[in-house]
Amino acid sequence: MKSLNNATLLEWAEPFAVPAGRFTGLTRLAGQCMALVETEYIKLRRDPTDLISRAVQPALWLLIFGNVFSKLRAVATGDLPYTDFMAPGILAQSVLFVSIFYGIAVIWERDLGIVHKLLVSPTPRLVLVLGKALSAGLRALIQGVFVYLLAWLLGVHLNFHLPALLGAALVVLLGAMGFSTFSLIIACIVKSRERFMGIGQVLTMPLFFASNAIYPIAVMPEWLKVVAHANPLSYEVDALRALMVHGGSSLFGVGWDISVLLAFVSVLTLISARLYANLVR
Amino acid sequence: MGPRTFHHFMDIIELQKLTRTYGDFTAVDHIQLSIRAGEIFGLLGPNGAGKSTVIKMLTTLLPPSSGTATIAGFDIVHQPGRVRAEIAYVPQLVSADGGLTALENLRLFAKLYGVPRRITNERIAGALKFAGLEEAAHRLVRGYSGGMVRRLEIALALLHRPRVLFLDEPTVGLDPLARQSIWEQIQRLVRELGMTILLTTHFMEEADTLCSRVAIMNRGRVKALGSPEELKLSLGISDASLDDVFTRYSEEQPETSSNFSDISQSRRSLVRLG
Ligand SMILES: Nc1ncnc2c1ncn2[C@@H]1O[C@H](COP(=O)(O)OP(=O)(O)OP(=O)(O)O)[C@@H](O)[C@H]1O
Ligand SMILES: [Mg+2]
Repeated sequence: MKSLNNATLLEWAEPFAVPAGRFTGLTRLAGQCMALVETEYIKLRRDPTDLISRAVQPALWLLIFGNVFSKLRAVATGDLPYTDFMAPGILAQSVLFVSIFYGIAVIWERDLGIVHKLLVSPTPRLVLVLGKALSAGLRALIQGVFVYLLAWLLGVHLNFHLPALLGAALVVLLGAMGFSTFSLIIACIVKSRERFMGIGQVLTMPLFFASNAIYPIAVMPEWLKVVAHANPLSYEVDALRALMVHGGSSLFGVGWDISVLLAFVSVLTLISARLYANLVR
Repeated sequence: MGPRTFHHFMDIIELQKLTRTYGDFTAVDHIQLSIRAGEIFGLLGPNGAGKSTVIKMLTTLLPPSSGTATIAGFDIVHQPGRVRAEIAYVPQLVSADGGLTALENLRLFAKLYGVPRRITNERIAGALKFAGLEEAAHRLVRGYSGGMVRRLEIALALLHRPRVLFLDEPTVGLDPLARQSIWEQIQRLVRELGMTILLTTHFMEEADTLCSRVAIMNRGRVKALGSPEELKLSLGISDASLDDVFTRYSEEQPETSSNFSDISQSRRSLVRLG
């Protein structure tokens, strides 16, 4: 190749050795994945307005809904003050809202041709969708800090022990990864922004209300109990209830909650890796 | 794949009855085509001819309905990972991330392409220089002119030093100066790196300037294949341009070949009138 020479191009554009058989090492895959997350981080830092506007909704829920329902004592939450009961639900809700519209961003990237280029790069699809999911996780974690701050201002009895905080972060991360991947799958099926908006709206509220976010499963009618048990959001809320507030407890056990969330994330990630290329077909 | 190994050094891209259908509609119809290493090959044809669909299949974005193709000896259906390591693709759409700077775009793709860390900086610097974007490297791509974005996209596609570059309408929407600079970029890639380029375009002047050979597609089939000169001569009229060739092969026509003389007949009378 050197013989073509005289070129400024050749100096930097020589082929590099790719490991034999191209069984890409784990470090390379991790690097590819983190490059996608880093890109998200750069954009969030550059333009945080989106993050800020998304913090408004949980604030309203906690302030208005939380206050009114505490006064009414409408929901039986045992010894737990209602705002303490509700705060983990609102955290899970804001994670859900941040994540469930992730598909829109992906359709946007498709319309720009970015998805085409990602798909033609040698990065495995699985790594691409994991990178997307972790990016959503990053957003959700920042959102989580907002919600903690709000809850603290409103006098919620937060649990600031490090293991509890780390546990909550893990749950938030898994929840965001699961729901953003779910959103990605929908995007891969409907492929258009308009249809996605419709479906996104139709899905979010039922997911939220058919969960234990703002009332316990125990008070639900039988049919709703069944739905709530099949709803991954319930497990996210359940774990957060034990991890986020003093005196909160989990119904299913934090270990079980996290296992369910892990399974949810794994299955959806595998499905989305298969469907991702559908976006450009 | 196993048996077809050695002859691919001459023909770096081989389409073997490559076909794509959408329902009853056949967008690409049993295309048989070989593209030589180091050539700039143009896919021409009217809107909906199937050009982008061919490129999507060759870049492993879209599985063929039947038939296949090889790139550098690797099968697009059975070895898509191998194919991706050898190619780069600049889509018809403008596809650099506007929310990032040129530098950030380059860093992202260097990682995605698996460029080893020790050569990443050097390579990014080279890419910026090649695109003439050293000054603008830290500005958001959103604020770039169309020509700058295209130059960046081509530079992005070089980071892993692919052997084959696919360009879908590389100069659409660009002013004549920007177009000129893209042409120069493309020619340098072939001259200095020996890269093979497959592009589509609606500008016959572009095809005429750049391409060693072109294929004119219509309704999913290749209607004419050859160097621009050969195709112009084949019309049998004096001073034929590539535009004439394009019109001739893009017209809706019954499959019968008797039509050929009719059309060149009527064209001749038109020329005489003019
Ligand atoms: N996903 C799809 N579903 C159904 N039909 C499709 C799809 N994609 C492309 N087609 C059809 O296949 C045909 C070929 O499309 P293609 O985009 O390859 O044309 P093209 O030659 O690139 O045209 P243009 O010059 O306008 O870019 C068109 O008739 C188009 O409508
Ligand atoms: Mg096209």
